[in-house]
Amino acid sequence: MSFKTRMASLASYEKGSIELNDDLKHYAFSNIFEVCSKSRPYERVMVASNLEYAAEAVRAEGTSPWYTAPHDEFAIVMDGEIEFTFFQLTDAEKPTHKSGAIRLQADPGGKRMGRVIARRGHEVLLPKGSAYQLKAAMPSVTLIQTSAGPESVEKWSEICVLK
Amino acid sequence: MNAVRIEKVQVIASAPDPVLGYRKFTFGSFSFERDAYFVHVRWPKGMHTIEVDRFLRAMVRDIGWGFFYGWIFFDDVFGTQNHYGTVDIFAGTYSKGHRDTGVDFLETFNTDDVRNAFETISVNWINEGYDPLRAPMETGSPLGSKTKEAAGPLIRGFEPARRMMGLPGDVTPRSDASGHPINRAFADVTYDKPTIEPEPGFEGQIHAFNLYDHIARADITWNPSFTSITGACICCVTSEEHMLPVIHGNDRNEWFIQLTDEIHWNIQDKNTGNPRGRIVMKSGDVCAMPADIRHQGFAPKRSMLMVFENGTPGLEQRYARGELEPFPITASRW
Repeated sequence: MSFKTRMASLASYEKGSIELNDDLKHYAFSNIFEVCSKSRPYERVMVASNLEYAAEAVRAEGTSPWYTAPHDEFAIVMDGEIEFTFFQLTDAEKPTHKSGAIRLQADPGGKRMGRVIARRGHEVLLPKGSAYQLKAAMPSVTLIQTSAGPESVEKWSEICVLK
Repeated sequence: MNAVRIEKVQVIASAPDPVLGYRKFTFGSFSFERDAYFVHVRWPKGMHTIEVDRFLRAMVRDIGWGFFYGWIFFDDVFGTQNHYGTVDIFAGTYSKGHRDTGVDFLETFNTDDVRNAFETISVNWINEGYDPLRAPMETGSPLGSKTKEAAGPLIRGFEPARRMMGLPGDVTPRSDASGHPINRAFADVTYDKPTIEPEPGFEGQIHAFNLYDHIARADITWNPSFTSITGACICCVTSEEHMLPVIHGNDRNEWFIQLTDEIHWNIQDKNTGNPRGRIVMKSGDVCAMPADIRHQGFAPKRSMLMVFENGTPGLEQRYARGELEPFPITASRW
């Protein structure tokens, strides 16, 4: 018996279906690749939200701003290849907000911590206490496990199946 | 009818059946007996029969999940509800027919006692060659008389990551070295490693791993492993093939993210079991599972699923009190 694993991408995705005798808003059904096909580069679009926690679908294309968060975040590359560069934060750069990612107003001033180059299926730690920047030569997709924060974009009516 | 058994309750085993060899077990007011094909559950005024494969697949997962979040329905009649310290075992409580005829029954036990009872039953009823955590095409049959009890751990694959899988001192991803080859259903995928280049002094602080490789090596199905934690937000991943052998009733909202292939979900009202419809999730789809439903998944081909859970203690009580809406995106956010 042979198998063919189906992994969608920006270039090829097929959304499933939702047929319910219920309010479809309760299910917030969307597709990460469809969301990122319509997103601006590095727009952090919430596709899952569980009280204060969130998963953000991000179209990686070109170079991102520098981000930091007061807690760990995790990025799963869903399509393409993304380079993640990490710097330590100086005391003055440490975030004072409660949760979620925030962008730095200038390049980070601390020591360079290193970099990760990740492709589809790789999960990357975005550690608390660091600044990180994403780079992608071609349009790519990552899903970030985080908390809702200043950079989170909510547009549920645009991304979800409602009928 | 409800009963609360907060004192220690031990499972009582009978002598082996002289024909089939299995023991019968009594736990509180329930008794459990299996034959070649079926498990028969009895309680005051009632009895229910479940096919043995389904019963054992449900029971070992219920143990491994630590009774999970909320309700685990072995089928439409029998199951457990987790109260995080105590566990209800119920029969007919969420079945209108049973309630209307007064044969429903629910008994509450200490969690450790239920775990011990379910483990004792499972160990006696699982024969060598049958592994209820594997996909049906990857294991033998549970049918027939008792042969030799299965060796090895009853449950596996449940050790949760504390921060992120693969970090020094944390849980290690599956590999050939750990005895987990790539599953046949994912053999067509290419797996590589991320490039990790820490500066001197930052080794162990910069981290990544191949999550899909870890999932593809699972020798178990419908069995989430924690891979990364943000506060109380838990990212779980799991490989799904055939059918979820339980119907899960949420006590909180959770989210499914379909990484590969597809899963078909039947959705029911949590309290009545009445059908609400179905959802087909394909690669890249994201869908909430609200706190007022039951769901059961069917995976025609082994697939990779990610689940976002909120493990905040006491959350189930806030939903139960109506303090939180039973769906995640409230009206003002649309």
